[in-house]
Amino acid sequence: MARQISILIVDDEESVRDSLYNWFIEDGYQVECAENAKVALSKLQNESFHIILADIKMPGMDGLEMLKRIKSLKSDAIVIIMTAFATVDTAVQALKDGAYDYVTKPFDPDDLSHLIRNASKQIILLEENEMLKEKVVSLQNIEDMIGQSEAMQDVFQQIESVAQSNASVIITGESGTGKELVAKAIHANSPRKFYPMVSVHCGALTESLLESELFGHEKGAFTGAVYNRKGRFEMADSGTIFLDEIATISPKMQVELLRVLESKSFMRVGGTKEITSDFRVICATNRDLKSMVEKGLFREDLFYRLNVVNINVPPLRERTEDIPLLVDHFIRKYCTSMNRPIIPIDKAALQRIEDYPFPGNIRELENMIERALVVGNGKRIQLKDLPMAKEKSSPAFESLDDLGKKHILSILNKYNWNISASAKALKVDRVTLYNKIKKYDLKQPR
Amino acid sequence: MKFEKINLISFGFFEKSLLEKISADVERAFELPIWTREGHLDLSHYYDPNRRQYDGYALLKKVDADFGQAGEKTLGIFNVDLFIPILTFIFGQAYLNGRAGIASIYRLRNEKYGIFKDENILIQRFKKEVIHELGHTFGLIHCIDPECVMRSSTYVEDIDQKSQHLCKKCREKLESDRML
Repeated sequence: MARQISILIVDDEESVRDSLYNWFIEDGYQVECAENAKVALSKLQNESFHIILADIKMPGMDGLEMLKRIKSLKSDAIVIIMTAFATVDTAVQALKDGAYDYVTKPFDPDDLSHLIRNASKQIILLEENEMLKEKVVSLQNIEDMIGQSEAMQDVFQQIESVAQSNASVIITGESGTGKELVAKAIHANSPRKFYPMVSVHCGALTESLLESELFGHEKGAFTGAVYNRKGRFEMADSGTIFLDEIATISPKMQVELLRVLESKSFMRVGGTKEITSDFRVICATNRDLKSMVEKGLFREDLFYRLNVVNINVPPLRERTEDIPLLVDHFIRKYCTSMNRPIIPIDKAALQRIEDYPFPGNIRELENMIERALVVGNGKRIQLKDLPMAKEKSSPAFESLDDLGKKHILSILNKYNWNISASAKALKVDRVTLYNKIKKYDLKQPR
Repeated sequence: MKFEKINLISFGFFEKSLLEKISADVERAFELPIWTREGHLDLSHYYDPNRRQYDGYALLKKVDADFGQAGEKTLGIFNVDLFIPILTFIFGQAYLNGRAGIASIYRLRNEKYGIFKDENILIQRFKKEVIHELGHTFGLIHCIDPECVMRSSTYVEDIDQKSQHLCKKCREKLESDRML
């Protein structure tokens, strides 16, 4: 027996107590005996037993009364009631009062072994379940969500308040700001945390694939559907479904999605049976859904259905005070995963990172740190380890016009201001190039 | 702790030289000399007329009290149907890490189950049962190895399926505890 199970035997007959004691000791259980309910209850006050095997007929407090007392002390206690005088009424009463089982003396040795073995299995499973739940909670600890800035504190506050509800949430923010992490944090702090969080990246799938992905399909529904497949809505039963890049779904899918959100039921592709699923929806997008609604690109009714709560994740450039914390976190994360000692970062390198605009947001910062750890000397992160080290320090923002102007000028200079050759290289016609030269007031050097 | 010998004491009528037939294997299992002899007990005191069986726990206590010796292991061998109050029957019982145990040949016979008598099978079963109960007196608990003699057996079929030997784990425990 890998796990030692403790048993308390409660019986007024010494021979029963002793013989059971011997029997269980041989099986490797940890056994104690009590001659009456009072002694048993006082033992239970001081220590806990996995299984309590109690006689029903005892002087003073009987087994049924003791069962009630034990259950009030420890509701998940496994109590097996034994008696030599079995009646249906007492058996039913014992089970109603929460007994694990009810046995009539004497019983077959094999039955006793089975009974205790099954009870032990249940105890082990319950303990394992508790342990796994704790593990799940610790795994769901959203450690990558870091930020002391006011903007992030506001996001954390919103996550906390929305998590307990079932309301649909839209998470908005630029690419790489950590929208999926916010969704995970909401799920991990919600009552649905022990059920799955199913993510669907809507932008990565074509309309028909997305339909089959979300609703599942029946065997033979289309070419290649060689078996029945559960859809993501079905998989997310009791949990959360996270629809990333929701703005990319087609008008047809918007209608389908609205219907599912309203009825929480759907049919698999090619199926005839209505399937019901209890899920919570969290969506994310880096686009302005409201303006898409105004332009008629996104259904208004679906927008209002999804947008019960909106959480906007700020871009990194709006919370630069979080950068040192994030840098430190990613250094720890990657040094640990690379099995290396945690190294510091040079002041100059950190300054350069803080000055950088991070169009790719946290994702870009994370990649930058990982890269620096890979290419660096392993002792500290230096300025030369950063990808922007070779770039000239430039103003934080350059407009598209500025970039266009610079590029056109460099091409004109390269082709010695030959308009035809430059236009060909830029893949525009000559008239367009003349217009650009005029617009940007470009002058040929003398 | 060092033990001097194992006593196998038969109470009641048995086939001739039954104990001699199993002694060599029991001796090999524990590497201790086996002493066999007949014992005398008035079994009527242990008979329960309601159950028509003999109280195994009371017999175990009696064997331990009257025949058990410090530094020795004693197994009382019976030819009657044993029970303990909670169970319908037992093949045998012993004090874990104690000095005494009991075993009965009664339910090991094929005839008990309406099958033809088979002396070889009976000896095999009896040998395993004796080694099993003595194993308990040496502190061994039930083993999960299906081949190990310390595997719990509630039916004769279970006894037939296991071997008469201790598995590696039980052997190691036996040796480390005392032993050989």
